[in-house]
Amino acid sequence: MEMVESKHKWKAWIYLSPAIILLLIFTVWPIINTVRMAFLENYSGLKAIGGATFKFGIGNFQKVVKYQKFLQCLKNTVLLCVITVPVSTVLALLIAVCLNSIKFLQKPLQTIFFLPYVTNSIAIGMVFAAMFNIVGSFYGTENEIVVTAGIINNIIEFFGGKRVNWINTGSSYLANMTVMVVYIVWNALPFKILILLGGLQSINKQYYDAARVDGTSRRRIFTRITVPLLSPMIAYVVITGFIGGFKEYTSIVGIFGEKMGPADDAGRLNTMVGFIYDALSTNNQGRASAAALILFGIILVVTLINMQVSKKRVHY
Amino acid sequence: MSENIMHEKDIQKTSLRQKIVFALVQVFLYVFLLLMAVIVLFPFYWMIISSLKSLSEYRESVPTFFPRKVMFSNYAQAFTSANLGRLFMNTLYVGVVSTILSLVITILSAFAFARLEFKGKNALFAALLATMMIPGELFTITNYSTVTKLGWINTYTVLIVPFLVSVFYIYLLRQNFMQIPDELYLAAKVDGTSDLKYLCKVMIPLSLPTLISITILKMMGAWNSYIWPRLVANDEAHRMITNGLRNAFTETTGDVNYPVQMAAVALVSFPLFLVFVFLRKYIMKGVSRSGIKG
Repeated sequence: MEMVESKHKWKAWIYLSPAIILLLIFTVWPIINTVRMAFLENYSGLKAIGGATFKFGIGNFQKVVKYQKFLQCLKNTVLLCVITVPVSTVLALLIAVCLNSIKFLQKPLQTIFFLPYVTNSIAIGMVFAAMFNIVGSFYGTENEIVVTAGIINNIIEFFGGKRVNWINTGSSYLANMTVMVVYIVWNALPFKILILLGGLQSINKQYYDAARVDGTSRRRIFTRITVPLLSPMIAYVVITGFIGGFKEYTSIVGIFGEKMGPADDAGRLNTMVGFIYDALSTNNQGRASAAALILFGIILVVTLINMQVSKKRVHY
Repeated sequence: MSENIMHEKDIQKTSLRQKIVFALVQVFLYVFLLLMAVIVLFPFYWMIISSLKSLSEYRESVPTFFPRKVMFSNYAQAFTSANLGRLFMNTLYVGVVSTILSLVITILSAFAFARLEFKGKNALFAALLATMMIPGELFTITNYSTVTKLGWINTYTVLIVPFLVSVFYIYLLRQNFMQIPDELYLAAKVDGTSDLKYLCKVMIPLSLPTLISITILKMMGAWNSYIWPRLVANDEAHRMITNGLRNAFTETTGDVNYPVQMAAVALVSFPLFLVFVFLRKYIMKGVSRSGIKG
């Protein structure tokens, strides 16, 4: 009997071996090595091959947080997070609640609202860029004639507004950020609607029947029944929204290309992840590692705060 | 209660009022939802009609909402100018190979965690789950030097191997495996069925929906991957679809031909739409449990 048991245990490790070997190389070692490189001052992979040695210390972190470019990246990332997560959550909640209270066309509308999920964020970013672009004035030089202002500006002018230079040369930071917020919210809606609608559909109808018998008003039903019972799902989409938001990168590449900003101000919209990749591609692994650990720290703290808040507010 | 003493007339009155309120609310709901649906769909519509316009029509000051002359030739031009054929093949190859290998690894690991007993099982599983919290960029920095040392730069291997193990997929499949009753396993043991045979004949068929979800998410991941391929395999021979698309239209120094660009974007998006139309159920199921895009 004992022999069978031990043979059994030995077998489990065989089943696990491919996963474990790959995880050791591509997950466990990177964790150790990234922490190591972060604490070796000015570590560079290229110089390390050349035989250079590096002093142990927190110099990388000190440099990174003083670095003007890093602060700009941090500002962009935090701004985008703080704006897009609440906006997309509230909008998704509204859409989900509305979808849940209709019968006719419910399924087709549900399908439409999920469609942006299965898209390539670079590809559709290019569509958004085309929509916001000022057609005909690609370089903003004086001898170029501005033929028209993209479809978005046409719609704005149709409703009596003024055209805006959204993403081209000479555009303002505010205009750039507006485009990014619109695109990121558009991109974030499907997942949130899916989760919130799933939550709504699992709420027991008896609560609503009871409220109706008591003559409770619609708004009261929403704030006293729907939101509390949906709070675990709301907490979930907010937490995953923040985690994803702090890793924002490809949506900006989609719209602005790899220069991460309008043609005359490259890097203006760069994010934390973009900063890490820039440091990596210039062989500054020490700086990249320090920035990655800072990003991890921020995500961890924000997630813990979110969970703390939801512990008080969420009704399970 | 007040209902008992209420006059019949009053009841009729309130019910009529309720009906009007209900109707108004329904109208409002449909107006709001349809408006939002239009906003959600508009970029797709704009992509398709722009891809069918001629360059001169695209640049008209008042845009047309349907192309006057439908230019399918934009698609042919996009296909050749962005070298989409090669990009499609590269992506398909990487997607299929990595999906198959990833499924094998995931099934074996999930089986060990769900059915087999060994020392430190729970601790190991908890440690795996903990790694899910770490942002991928933290791994990328070291993995980049690892694959460079291994001489994997600009190969298919570098696009496939580092991402074969997904802790999330192992977790997903383990949960599914654990729902299969123990009695089935014990009965199979009594009959002398081997673990591997039991896995293939019972567990895999019973968890097919989860396996399909994993397959779709993994394929979509290959289709949408951008950062890692750009870093390690951005040569002509191994370039993936998303990189190729972004490169093809930023490397050009001249005028941007938007209709052709939109045609290329549409060509990259169509396979995803097809997957969406036919396999929506599985995607939604996988996605609602993940929170990860691709």
